[in-house]
Amino acid sequence: MLAKRIIPCLDVKDGRTVKGVNFVDLRDAGDPVELAWEYSQQGADELVFLDITATHEKRKTTIELVKSVARQVNIPFTIGGGINELRDAEILLNAGADKISINSAAVRRPELINELANAFGRQFVVIAVDTRYVEGGNFVHLRGGRDKTDIDTSEWIVEAQDRGAGEILLTSMDHDGTKNGFDNGFLKAINERIHIPLIASGGAGNVQHFIDTFKQANVDAALAASVFHYGEILIPDLKEALHNEGIVVR
Amino acid sequence: MIGIVNYGAGNIFSLTAALDRVGLLYGMINEAQDFQKYDHIIIPGVGHAGAAMQKLKESGLVEHIVALKKPVLGICVGMQLLTAYSEEGNADLLNLIPLNTLHFDKRMEEKVPHMGWNSISPNGNSALFHHIPDGSYVYFVHSYFIESDPVFSAAHCQYGIDFSAAIQRDNFFGVQFHPEKSGKVGEQLLLNFAKL
Repeated sequence: MLAKRIIPCLDVKDGRTVKGVNFVDLRDAGDPVELAWEYSQQGADELVFLDITATHEKRKTTIELVKSVARQVNIPFTIGGGINELRDAEILLNAGADKISINSAAVRRPELINELANAFGRQFVVIAVDTRYVEGGNFVHLRGGRDKTDIDTSEWIVEAQDRGAGEILLTSMDHDGTKNGFDNGFLKAINERIHIPLIASGGAGNVQHFIDTFKQANVDAALAASVFHYGEILIPDLKEALHNEGIVVR
Repeated sequence: MIGIVNYGAGNIFSLTAALDRVGLLYGMINEAQDFQKYDHIIIPGVGHAGAAMQKLKESGLVEHIVALKKPVLGICVGMQLLTAYSEEGNADLLNLIPLNTLHFDKRMEEKVPHMGWNSISPNGNSALFHHIPDGSYVYFVHSYFIESDPVFSAAHCQYGIDFSAAIQRDNFFGVQFHPEKSGKVGEQLLLNFAKL
């Protein structure tokens, strides 16, 4: 049976991990490649790198990072951040990225999703959506949740799917950072509307939160950052707990 | 040494990286005379099967591939090219293995693409799956599948329906999953192939 996926997310800037990491003795906790390798050894199913490099000049370090990860890590990975056009995506594909994740660039110009899917196949295109609950509805937010749009989140996700998204990475900005659990009600509602994989993000604080999101929302994957980086949850322990609850994991 | 058919269907960086990790030597096959340099051949491929077949035809390598007696491994779309026909692009393919490549849609209720780690059941006698136990997890990403077959399936997988995770006929082998992304199991498969 297809296994539910556990995905650590790493923020990188200028080729280095941004947030501190202390889940294991690393020679260099700021080296995303070493960290990625360690996660792959622990049983992570996939990795997401979110590139927050601000300047265009520094993008070269990101390309080198992608190549290093592809060389050394034997599980799939996604890279997001700074991808605005077909050419950006093609460079990452040729550097060995398995998937790219697009957020605001797709909101600004939805045709980009069609173009990417046609050029590289929909399996390459992850649409990341940041959502926040505002006055009776969930709306798409940009710039890490700071900027509200008037776009209804559900409608946007269905449109992204229809345009050629291969997967949706949905982050609840209301839950992100709270460690109070994923937004399972909304995730479930979205999951029932789409026919492509859904990754839950935002709110992971303990093992039970992962059990809950797989059982309640039936998402295909769950993503988290700090609980993994700070060693609050070890992936082998998480996998064992999920398995004991009857959830299929690798 | 392994020769990789370089016909322009998708990037091969991940594949060469995996071969580097397990210490297998490789080179590129760009034209017909390159085949003689290698004793094992890999046909990679991602994306659209019909488009990939078109590119393979344009490369001028088709007649040389079908005549090969060396071990040949098709990966993902490269595997699908070994079959007779794909619904993707309504395309006639190499027909080295008499099976069809079909779309998941309308044949089952699960999400498409089939994306992630799924467990496979190798047929006991396939050397490609030496040291790979029943129930091993490998990484899949695909929307089209090759039908399950009692003769030509070398490994099975379940995703709404039973389909071929791997196929085999004589010296031609194909895997639907990505050994280059399938952890230690995938690396074992690449090593097995190199020993055939």
